[in-house]
Amino acid sequence: MSESINQAPVKVAVRNLTKKFGDLLVLDNMTFDIHRNEFVCVVGPTGCGKTTFLNCLTRIHEPTEGDLYIDGVPADPRKHNISFVFQEPSAMPWLNVQDNIAYGLRIKRLPQAEIDRRVNQILDLMGLQDSRRKYPGELSVSAAQRVIIGRSFAMQPDLLLMDEPYGQMDVKMRFYLEDEVIRLWRELKSTVVFITHNIEEAVYLAQRVIILSNKPANIKETLTIDLPHPRSVSDPRFIEYRNYITDKIKWW
Amino acid sequence: MAIDQNDLQRRHAEYLTRKKKENLKYTLLSVLGILLFLGIWQLASITGLADPKRLPAPTTIFQTLIYKVGNTAPDGNTLFVNMLASLQVALSGFGVAILIGVPLGLFMGWWEYADRFMRPIFELVRPVPPIAWIPLVVVWMGIGLQAKAMIIFFTAFVPCVINSYTGIKLTSRTLINVSKTFGASNFEIFYKVGIPSALPMVFAGIRVALGNSWSTLVAAEMLAASAGLGYMIQIGRTVARPDIVIAGMVTIGATGAVLSGLLSAVEGRFLKWQTRH
Repeated sequence: MSESINQAPVKVAVRNLTKKFGDLLVLDNMTFDIHRNEFVCVVGPTGCGKTTFLNCLTRIHEPTEGDLYIDGVPADPRKHNISFVFQEPSAMPWLNVQDNIAYGLRIKRLPQAEIDRRVNQILDLMGLQDSRRKYPGELSVSAAQRVIIGRSFAMQPDLLLMDEPYGQMDVKMRFYLEDEVIRLWRELKSTVVFITHNIEEAVYLAQRVIILSNKPANIKETLTIDLPHPRSVSDPRFIEYRNYITDKIKWW
Repeated sequence: MAIDQNDLQRRHAEYLTRKKKENLKYTLLSVLGILLFLGIWQLASITGLADPKRLPAPTTIFQTLIYKVGNTAPDGNTLFVNMLASLQVALSGFGVAILIGVPLGLFMGWWEYADRFMRPIFELVRPVPPIAWIPLVVVWMGIGLQAKAMIIFFTAFVPCVINSYTGIKLTSRTLINVSKTFGASNFEIFYKVGIPSALPMVFAGIRVALGNSWSTLVAAEMLAASAGLGYMIQIGRTVARPDIVIAGMVTIGATGAVLSGLLSAVEGRFLKWQTRH
């Protein structure tokens, strides 16, 4: 299978990204590009350094070597718009749904009118208008996770990172939320990096799948999923992609 | 499947009536408990099981309370004046403890430097019982309002600091990271994430502090006072009037309960997100 030639300009360039904790090499010289408005899934085994990889991208950790460039400039959370959906519940329990969605926008000091516009847009897109004054504690786990995803998309981020956001959901809720995330991505034209260890999820969502190796993590293969959205899990080509990736990672 | 709106409303109404009945039942049970307690006490007093000179009957205490509302004997102040004096002492010490203790705890919990700098001093002061400060405070400040408030301050200060410190230390790493990736500065994260997430613990600390200050009141008013519930109790003891002593105790208890209720109301406003589940 081949790598695609994406016509869109490069949005995020990762160059020789290496991270060591003392002598422990976690990320080994990773280089790749992500194009504007691309949806990329990263699959890797548990403990391969996915979280470290993400934490380097968001600058929670500083890389040991190499760097991450957004629009050609080294990434900086103060300057760039990086949004992160964490695996754990991360809605602010003391803010209601609309304030949670507005949270990042207020940190970025956007004008109030623009904040209102974006919050309403997200609430409409996600069908959350009725719950806008509810607190996360009053919502189900999946609804609270949707608020977080809404909050990230509201930022209209240069780069949206999602770390197994649906890890806690059952299969039905997962498909529903996956469709929703695709809808948001298309509507808002964000650039998304989605981490998962669920191969089916990766094939269902991604335009391109980056397969990571075992620790120390580097890129084993990059694979373009040449299927239109919405995808069907029973489509023979879907199954072919899924089996191909599964075969690849059997050697983890 | 269509849902019959009328049926739904009817069932909801039924549920509310049932809930109301249940609540009434529980309230009655609580009232019954108090009445039973007072009944046994009264009976013990009437039958002579307890010497009324040492343990006056609840009715006598009630009469004393009514009497004290309008009269100044034997301690020289009406009940209301005593209450006001005590509230002034307790609340000023308590208020200053919150104003200093809560921010101090929050800063220590958030900034490592503040923690390392202040913690040793705090740990040295913390185990000293507030009563032990009394002689020193008398030397420093005499026996006025300030001195008494100072004693209260020591009892209320410690739980304010400890709870604020622990509360902000428990701030979720994930929520901090969320704010970091949005580009928030450390100070912004402190007041946007740290403080709200510490608030439940802070309020728990304030509640302990309120209890402490109110219960240290009698000790603080032993410093010599000319008014106050603790003072009234002291005089009651001196003139061998257990009814005055118990009336003072009852007033302290009741006022404490009212203050605690007020605090709950404030807490409910601040922690809407926690109570509205």
